[in-house]
Amino acid sequence: MSSVQIRDVRKSFGNFEVLHGVTIPIEDGQFVVLVGPSGCGKSTLLRMLAGLENITSGTISIGDRVVNNVQPKERDIAMVFQNYALYPHMTVADNMGFSLKLRNASSDEINKRVKRAAEILALSPLLDRYPRQLSGGQRQRVAMGRAIVRDPQVFLFDEPLSNLDAKLRVAMRTEIKELHQRLKTTTVYVTHDQIEAMTMADKIVVMHDGIVEQMGTPLELYDKPDNQFVAGFIGSPAMNFLKGHVRVNGVATFEGPNGVKLPLKTAPAGSDGRPAVYGVRPEHFTIADDGAEAEIIVVEPTGSETQVFANVGGEQVVAVFRERHQFNPGDKVRLKPDPSLVHLFDEATGKRMNA
Amino acid sequence: MADVAIPRAKPQMSEAGAWAQLKHNRNWLGFWFMLPAMVFLIFFLAYPLGLGIWLSFTDTRIGRVGHFIATENYEWLWDDSIFWLSVFNTLLYTFVASAFKFGIGLYLALLLNEHMPFKAMLRAMVLIPFIVPTVLSALAFWWIFDSQFSIISWSLKHLGLISQNINFLGDTTWARICVIFANIWRGVPFVAITLLAGLQTVSPSLYEAAILDGASSWQRFRYITYPLLTPIIAVVMTFSVLFTFTDFQLIWAMTRGGPVNATHLMATLSYQRAIIAGQLGEGAAISSAMIPFLLAAIMVSWFGLQRRKWQQGENND
Repeated sequence: MSSVQIRDVRKSFGNFEVLHGVTIPIEDGQFVVLVGPSGCGKSTLLRMLAGLENITSGTISIGDRVVNNVQPKERDIAMVFQNYALYPHMTVADNMGFSLKLRNASSDEINKRVKRAAEILALSPLLDRYPRQLSGGQRQRVAMGRAIVRDPQVFLFDEPLSNLDAKLRVAMRTEIKELHQRLKTTTVYVTHDQIEAMTMADKIVVMHDGIVEQMGTPLELYDKPDNQFVAGFIGSPAMNFLKGHVRVNGVATFEGPNGVKLPLKTAPAGSDGRPAVYGVRPEHFTIADDGAEAEIIVVEPTGSETQVFANVGGEQVVAVFRERHQFNPGDKVRLKPDPSLVHLFDEATGKRMNA
Repeated sequence: MADVAIPRAKPQMSEAGAWAQLKHNRNWLGFWFMLPAMVFLIFFLAYPLGLGIWLSFTDTRIGRVGHFIATENYEWLWDDSIFWLSVFNTLLYTFVASAFKFGIGLYLALLLNEHMPFKAMLRAMVLIPFIVPTVLSALAFWWIFDSQFSIISWSLKHLGLISQNINFLGDTTWARICVIFANIWRGVPFVAITLLAGLQTVSPSLYEAAILDGASSWQRFRYITYPLLTPIIAVVMTFSVLFTFTDFQLIWAMTRGGPVNATHLMATLSYQRAIIAGQLGEGAAISSAMIPFLLAAIMVSWFGLQRRKWQQGENND
């Protein structure tokens, strides 16, 4: 186990820079999730950490050691690949013991460590099988077993769940988190799925176009997104954004599209008349008499909650209710955002305006 | 309630006419689709093969109907030292040429699989020996190894390394080396390109995983590339051995089996006895004598492939 420091790391492919100076401190034993849309540079960063890509500038250190010029095998890291990269011609046991075999460990030692990892992952009955004979979830576990056997300083996961079906993905998510709680090995996990990030991470790093948009605990990111990108990326269904202006005359309000009035708790000083984006999460709407007028377009019940798509001032918004309202398409209702939970972003820069 | 028999509707199939069955039954339908290929194979492969084997049991000559003489041709060949020399030559030729083709082909394939400048052009260039007609390349080699005008002798003489021409195709050892060299030159592209295709099916992430597991480049070859390539190696080398064993054109154009039968292969000897000397029965016997060797080569690769358990087993996902 050890900490990882990523300092002002840049990466260029030819003249094309894909990472523009990324700094991420990772504490010993932390579970850090790099999340972002495809092409944001998260996988490249992970591969640089593994030593599969070289670092154009900046430094990466594992523990106290700068590893920029350290061979991958000397870095004491283990990686789980998206397609698992299991050796098809080796049994599960051989797959897991391969790295030890290369290090000339004795066969007793290899057996012992493979057995221990197999027990942790409930793979013991499968040790003599070939990868072809395993299900997707089992292969996933073998890939993790291969990492665990090495007992590395850092685990790296590159979108490990994206080849699994939805149900298995949820189960494996819990399993990986449980594994981390048990082994307490520093982990860097890359995904494009914000739910995976929210549920598993100690710390989420949201990346976009080669920069870090925001770093923090899952709930910090959810409650106080730094900018419109993070606000829209974290949370499902995504936050609603309405363009308009801040109005302060006695009481702060937000004038949305077509003059819709939306409540604000406070307005930042000197923001009267400023163009802004009003952000409200679907779950923060209530039905209230003083809400904004809305016409219901589609109602999608999921059982535990109901998603309602409605038209507010000509813009489509989505609201989620846990209560079972009887709505029909075409109904007129009044939707009221909770003013203490709304977000205000600068229209030009996308930066957060309210505290 | 399982013992309560439910009256079953009589199968409708029996009532359908035989013709309708021939048209709609899945097995018959399969047969109809296979028929053209079967006719083709029987006519152009099975029939000539059968005829060749039959001829080897007769004393047929060109222009004369033969009579069945049982194994007399084979008995005669058993005591024929030239036949045994041709068997030795064929085995030597096949073994040495195939070993070199495999080594050089694998080396080239690994090289071409790396990132390097002009990769596409180099790959195309490797194929050149393969696309030149055999007889043309054999003629070129014939000139390269000519006793008077050989460019090799000429160069070595001008470098002062030798004082007189090497009699490439006139000396038994040199002649064998020359034809084997020409065969290797022609056969390497097939092996190299096919193995290259095999290499490209290996997922790059396996190599990345191996790098992280701490494998050196030799260990990556030994534990990842080579085992994953074995099925393709088996197929390629089977074909290569079969082609080499039955080679005719190259030898016939370069040496016609000479000097003193040192480069006579079974195929060239068979041609000489059957067509040139007119002894069709005897020539057919020589050809038929190749069959056990070829079957043995196929069996080796077949059982080599069968052992790879990791390719089989049901897919559970």
